[in-house]
Amino acid sequence: MWSYFANPHKFLRLSDWLAPLFYGAGMLCILWGLWQGLWVVPKDEYQGGDIMRVMFIHVPAAWLAMAAYSAMAVASFVWFIWRHELADIAAKAIAPLGAVWTALCLATGSIWGKPTWGTWWQWDDARMMSVLFLFFLFLGYMALRAAMDTRQKAARAGAILAMVGAVNVPLIKFSVDLFTSLHQDASVITADGPKMAAVYLTPLLISGLGHALLFGGLVMTRMRTEIRERRIARLTAAALEG
Amino acid sequence: MHSGACALTNPAPPLLSASGLGMIRGERVLFRDVSLTLGAGEALLLRGPNGAGKTTLLRILAGLTRPEAGAVSRGAAMHWFAHREGLKPVETPRTHLALWASAWGSGADCEMILTRMGLARPADVPARHLSAGQRRRTALARLLLEDRPVWLLDEPYTALDAEGRKLVDDLIAEHRAKGGALIAAIHGEAGFAPSAEVSL
Amino acid sequence: MSRPAPILAAFRQAFGEAWAGGAGALLPLGFLGGAAVLVPLGIGSDGDTLRAVGPGIIWVALALSSLVTLERIFQADTEDGTLDLWLQADAPVSAIAAAKTLAHWLAAGLPLALFSPLLALMFQAEASGELILFAGYYALGSLAFFFWGGVGAALSATVRRGGLLISLIALPLFVPTAIFGALAMSAGPGSTGAPLLLAASTLFACAVAPYAMAAALRLAAD
Repeated sequence: MWSYFANPHKFLRLSDWLAPLFYGAGMLCILWGLWQGLWVVPKDEYQGGDIMRVMFIHVPAAWLAMAAYSAMAVASFVWFIWRHELADIAAKAIAPLGAVWTALCLATGSIWGKPTWGTWWQWDDARMMSVLFLFFLFLGYMALRAAMDTRQKAARAGAILAMVGAVNVPLIKFSVDLFTSLHQDASVITADGPKMAAVYLTPLLISGLGHALLFGGLVMTRMRTEIRERRIARLTAAALEG
Repeated sequence: MHSGACALTNPAPPLLSASGLGMIRGERVLFRDVSLTLGAGEALLLRGPNGAGKTTLLRILAGLTRPEAGAVSRGAAMHWFAHREGLKPVETPRTHLALWASAWGSGADCEMILTRMGLARPADVPARHLSAGQRRRTALARLLLEDRPVWLLDEPYTALDAEGRKLVDDLIAEHRAKGGALIAAIHGEAGFAPSAEVSL
Repeated sequence: MSRPAPILAAFRQAFGEAWAGGAGALLPLGFLGGAAVLVPLGIGSDGDTLRAVGPGIIWVALALSSLVTLERIFQADTEDGTLDLWLQADAPVSAIAAAKTLAHWLAAGLPLALFSPLLALMFQAEASGELILFAGYYALGSLAFFFWGGVGAALSATVRRGGLLISLIALPLFVPTAIFGALAMSAGPGSTGAPLLLAASTLFACAVAPYAMAAALRLAAD
């Protein structure tokens, strides 16, 4: 069954209808989540008043950032072992989107922090720190791939780096959590965790789903573009051969 | 492109054989469906214009580069000699040979090799101060550290004077006489009689 | 199965190269000293402040100065053809990569780590036996920096001006070591938690990084 997913033609046919579905469902979820978050749910003065509503973007963005890196690492691993070109295309497609989502998380985190606690950046926030390093990991991956001469080398270099990063991410998260827990004070953003009131939790989860669907749709679109670009390159080269 | 199979009645298994080798660089096909076998005493000459892929083919045979298609089967140990000699700027001919003799566990007489290769006088000069020809001779000296049946040589005559070229030819002749074989990419005249040629 | 001889030979060649090229540890030492000395000029000479930030600054300077050496580690090997010879030697490439990294660390990383407590004195630290313990922490930490940085160096071995790329790749990987190292030093000599974490993460680096370096070096030769 898995080799089904390795076939670019089948992927193109699948994403013909799956991508628009993801976009549609994703936008619906996001819009519903935003509507709930921005207008419907009560504000939490403790977390900063109205500005805390930005968490309905900030928290899902953080979830997506981590999920994106995991997906990129898995795709890289699959490529490394089985050499399905589609897996490499997936990893390459995910990276910039992952970087954007981490940037979104960092930006919304700063927006939340400034009016609430007076600072644009909070070194005691374990999630923000982890996401920041995730951002560097994405950038490093993109820079490394771009620096390689050929597509094949970029795929191999990227796979090695993604797997090394994946192996380190738990360690980085652990060390960052340790660092921040020692300096913990009450002003840390704590808007995640199941102890949150259900009135917040549901829009948050729906938003998260929406972000995931939107992300998935965008990844598929980028992959479709990459498949076509590679085809063009091969056809051009073959035409030059004569 | 054609294969360079030798019509020798050699019953022993080939020292090196490759079938269906194909290579892509970026999107460009470098060569396709290259096959060859190498038996004892044979010398295969690789011919082709610049950029045809001779170095890449040698690197595939050595196991340094992964081919896009095809397979190589290596039946014997190999010596590698190429444009990038493998000499550190701080290494002297003496220390270079000592290093690789110890890395390969070889008990060869380095002093004798240095003399044979004409490196007795510059034996303690760091490579950054050696001439190109002297660096090439140092790298060639490695071939004498250990007896390996297969030699892969990429442009062995480069930067060598007439005396140096004769040295290369002598080394090759002795190697073949002992039953060794070689594949060499050479521009221009080869000083030895090849048993076959492969054109890329 | 392979013999240890090629691995030892790789170590010797790398060590010889590390000492001879750029006068050994002097270049990264100069960088370490310069970077650390620049800091009081920037943040002021208040003794209490310097004492508080000193260890952290030195960790940062140690990480950055390791990058100075790392750029040289594998790039030259791809250019002068040495890598081709090592890939064909009868030994696992991961072991050869580890040997080279260890050699460069001994030549240019360990001296910096041992020098760091002297810098700590400049940052108004108390002169005590604790500084010797700190030297040990710095040594453990810089070993991890070299091994993770080595992965970055191997990956960018074929890239011109790979130094910038090495930094971008290596810095996230440096984070756990920097955190554990700074925690170990602020926790005081009696604690075992953070120092153990530091040792464990360094061990992890030494165990995992060589395999990534080997894959990257094979890629560089391809």
